Amino acid sequence: MKILTKKNIYTLVLVLLIYFLVLLLSNVGIIDSYIQLNMVIVGINIILAVSLNLITGFTGQFSLGHAAFMAIGAYASGIMTAKLGQPFIVGVAVAALSASLAGLLIGIPTLRLRGDYLAIATLGFGEIIKIIGLNNDYVGGAIGLNDIPRYTNWTWLYFSVIATIFIISNFVKSYHGRACISIREDEIAAEAMGVNTTYYKILAFVIGAFFAGIAGALYANYFYFIKPDTFGFMKSIDILVIVVFGGMGSITGSIVGAVILSVISSFLQGFPELRMVIYAVILFLIMVYRPQGVMGDKEFKLFNKEGGLSGNVSSK
Amino acid sequence: MEMLVVNNLYKSFGGVKAVSNINMKIEEGQIVGLIGPNGAGKTTFFNLLTGIYSPSSGDIVYKLNQEISSINFRPSRMVKYGVARTFQNIRLFKEMTVLENVLIGYHNNFKYNLFTSLFRLPGYYKHEDEAYDEVVELLKTFNLYDKKDVLAKNLPYGEQRKVEIARALASKPKLLLLDEPAAGMNPQETRELTELIQWIREEFDLTVILIEHDMSLVMDLCDDIIVFNYGTLLARGTPEEIQNNPEVIKAYLGGE
Repeated sequence: MKILTKKNIYTLVLVLLIYFLVLLLSNVGIIDSYIQLNMVIVGINIILAVSLNLITGFTGQFSLGHAAFMAIGAYASGIMTAKLGQPFIVGVAVAALSASLAGLLIGIPTLRLRGDYLAIATLGFGEIIKIIGLNNDYVGGAIGLNDIPRYTNWTWLYFSVIATIFIISNFVKSYHGRACISIREDEIAAEAMGVNTTYYKILAFVIGAFFAGIAGALYANYFYFIKPDTFGFMKSIDILVIVVFGGMGSITGSIVGAVILSVISSFLQGFPELRMVIYAVILFLIMVYRPQGVMGDKEFKLFNKEGGLSGNVSSK
Repeated sequence: MEMLVVNNLYKSFGGVKAVSNINMKIEEGQIVGLIGPNGAGKTTFFNLLTGIYSPSSGDIVYKLNQEISSINFRPSRMVKYGVARTFQNIRLFKEMTVLENVLIGYHNNFKYNLFTSLFRLPGYYKHEDEAYDEVVELLKTFNLYDKKDVLAKNLPYGEQRKVEIARALASKPKLLLLDEPAAGMNPQETRELTELIQWIREEFDLTVILIEHDMSLVMDLCDDIIVFNYGTLLARGTPEEIQNNPEVIKAYLGGE
């Protein structure tokens, strides 16, 4: 069986090893609540960046509304767990499904648009979701939704991140994913080769929104409290910055970007007055000296095909 | 057996009649050349044949796997009907490797579903391996195997043309439409291309329609030549007939 290659077994072992190591360190107390908080932020940002990378980096659809999918997930899970008293698994499932349904609904009318027109339309979609949240009393309006139980723990976070990376990188390396990349490269040629471009663009939005919804659920059920402003335009930009910083079309790039930028921004909290200035300067320098992002469109491979340690950067 | 029938085909853009009153039938297994001065409507005709434009009036009927009329044409469905094409200005997927480019041509021949690809079930490996083997065979016949991992944008021009033809063939078409395949090639490359097209016609059992300005290629290769001028069909015949047709000479060289 090809699934049980050395490489896959090593990866699985590594994944489980990291899981148990962190679990152990938290129980012993080496990982305190401050580090835990940052781990949750990093994890959520990884999910958001990888899922947006599928839409923007791989399929080439410029989206400025990714935070809206996260908002839908956060509110869906918040309502399920806080208002209806459902277990977290139901919250996450409803969050993911309602976000991907929103992805489908926004996808069908707007995907006839290209480039900057699509960006404006998704921006508008994000604002609509925010304003619905602000004006809906059931979810607390501008005050926000309170008393959401804290269900997000290391297990949920870690395996959500792993599932996101696993599924999206599988998708990208299949013929479905190649079809998405071909749309980014040349839509007319892709169509002439039999790729149903509308289907694949919508599919990318649906899958991307699905995971953004999960990220929203993890967020809501960690921070007890959500309000519409959290998921505004600036949040969408933050996610986009991670994707561009890490490299469009590189999943490892998005992971690296999420880790680096989340850590930088958490360190800079010590200098509140200089925080945004330093953050902006770092982004500026990266864009000037490495415009393709940290990873470009390359992936970092820990194991080579035979299962030995390779540590090489390889093309896709 | 005729495999393409065009009836009273018109296409206008605003007041410009790009293609008007075209009637033709094309037999299976032929190599048909489509020539004519710039702006004669050749590429518009190709775009009508591949569903990028829909006719203003008249229709196009393919008799390939099944009978399909131009009402049902969509660019992304043409490959399913057995029609593949290349483009006048090369349209490769520049940031993808040669192998990946040709695998996109194979797109509609993949059998596994979305679920299998998301969770990488055993079917994924089986079908990806099959596709890889077939595409590698194709690349070998085009002498592109050594370059399979090169990004398409890094290939020299002549090889980019070849990749485009290989990509179209990977979809296993019955009819291949080539839009100026020899544009930008030197005489040596053009000779090689002539042999290649002849060879793929035999090997893949194809009908080929090609637009070309290089007369040596057209005259060597085509069984049948169609001449367009001002969007209408000016003449049709064997290479000798076309070379001696006074109307054609007038259209190309001007005259009284």
